[in-house]
Amino acid sequence: MIITKSISTFGKYLMLMHRVFARPESIKMFFRQFMRELYKLGVDSIPIVLLISFFIGAVICIQMKLNIESAWMPKFVVGYATREILILEFSSSMMCLILSGKVGSNITSEIGTMRVTQQIDALEIMGVNSANFLIFPKVTALIFMIPILVIFSIAAGIAGSYAIGMFTGIMTPEDLTTGLQYEFSQWYIWCSIIKSLFFAFIISSVASFYGYNVEGGSIEVGKASTNSVVSCSALILFADIVLTQLLMQ
Amino acid sequence: MIEIKDISKNFGEQHVLKKVSSTFENGKTNLIIGQSGAGKTVLLKCIVGLLQPDKGKVLYDGRNILKFSKKENLMIRREMGMLFQNAALFDSMSVLENVMFPLEMFSDKSYEEKLKRAQFCLERVNLAEAQHKSPEELSGGMQKRAAIARAIALEPKYLFCDEPNSGLDPKTSLIIDELIHDITTEYNITTIVNTHDMNSVVGIGDHIIFLADGNIEWEGNKDDVLYSHNKQLNDFLFSSDLLRKVKEMA
Ligand SMILES: Nc1ncnc2c1ncn2[C@@H]1O[C@H](COP(=O)(O)OP(=O)(O)O)[C@@H](O)[C@H]1O
Ligand SMILES: [Mg+2]
Repeated sequence: MIITKSISTFGKYLMLMHRVFARPESIKMFFRQFMRELYKLGVDSIPIVLLISFFIGAVICIQMKLNIESAWMPKFVVGYATREILILEFSSSMMCLILSGKVGSNITSEIGTMRVTQQIDALEIMGVNSANFLIFPKVTALIFMIPILVIFSIAAGIAGSYAIGMFTGIMTPEDLTTGLQYEFSQWYIWCSIIKSLFFAFIISSVASFYGYNVEGGSIEVGKASTNSVVSCSALILFADIVLTQLLMQ
Repeated sequence: MIEIKDISKNFGEQHVLKKVSSTFENGKTNLIIGQSGAGKTVLLKCIVGLLQPDKGKVLYDGRNILKFSKKENLMIRREMGMLFQNAALFDSMSVLENVMFPLEMFSDKSYEEKLKRAQFCLERVNLAEAQHKSPEELSGGMQKRAAIARAIALEPKYLFCDEPNSGLDPKTSLIIDELIHDITTEYNITTIVNTHDMNSVVGIGDHIIFLADGNIEWEGNKDDVLYSHNKQLNDFLFSSDLLRKVKEMA
């Protein structure tokens, strides 16, 4: 029962995506929507990304200091471990989990509200491919913005670790710098960005799918938002395992 | 002109429409009336193609839209305008942008010409002064008028309205009704309106079909609707105390 339901949901999702990935009827209107989404999904997310990453960077630094410091460990290990955690997992996967809460629920409730107030029917009656018009700009805009958010997150996390070193004096900036630069591999940044592109696609497309298929009224829109965040998070975590395995070996 | 032939539509075991046939002429305001739940919205959605009927034909000037390819479907929809029950204006856009929307999407005229057309439509519905407001700043009646302006922006051949008067006071309802009726005759549009509003029935019903139990129970116009001897129709028309009393006095 649950298997047939998942398969049919997945089928519906694929059919929706088939309608989403079409050539926009009007490039000008697409571009206008794209810019709007760039702003709403990307630029508006920058403050929360900076804030959270800054504090997580600081906390990771404290934890590393407390937990792995010992006489036979070089001092720079704290910086090294902080950097690896930020780049490899936090700034891609964890940040996208957080964004699935903010951006995902925003997308679902916006499209869901348009569905229940018949705005989507109005688009269809005009002969507009509503799936393409509404969803395609969101997917492309988020995929476009996510690498920028990842870089911002890494930078803010590192700033956070410096800040905590300076304020508490638990370690010197020199040790931290040594650690942060120790055996740095550029590929890890690329891994992080590649993973985030997939996560951005999951968030925008799955959240849109939930919104597009709302039936009923505003209560259903709320339920769909919750379900969409749960599904996005689960899918991101699953994709994280697969992608990490593929990219890191 | 729109013809429907033997339209049937079931939802599971529920037979909402059973072989409904009629003809809706252009330049006339065609009304579909009936009790709540009679299937008016379902019939209208079948006609515009938002729902697929199980059986039957829907002919737009002889063209059966149920046989249309996807592309033909998109093309015919550009000849349609629709007014939804709660206006369905795009809430992320201003009133003017709403009316501009179909033009921006499908018209290859210059920006000035499109703007002129949009402003003409807004003036036609007496909303010129509200063009820069956002939809939620408008009253219900103004939202409906803005939606009419949007529906006629591309000079449609077919106009559909689902309960245009729901949620409006009687006076505003009259204004909306007259607007729909005037636009229909002015531009020779084929208009189909779903309603259970008696004022619309006697005011603008050039052609009326009465739906009950999934069938057309009665068909006529505003001049004979009040003198029919059909029991179901009379029960529906004179369901309000006020109207029953007026009828007894007459
Ligand atoms: N998508 C649907 N799925 C199942 N039943 C529906 C659907 N749409 C309408 N119905 C049923 O069809 C009947 C007619 O509905 P409707 O056309 O909305 O009535 P109204 O005349 O008030 O517009 C109702 O009993 C409704 O429950
Ligand atoms: Mg209805």
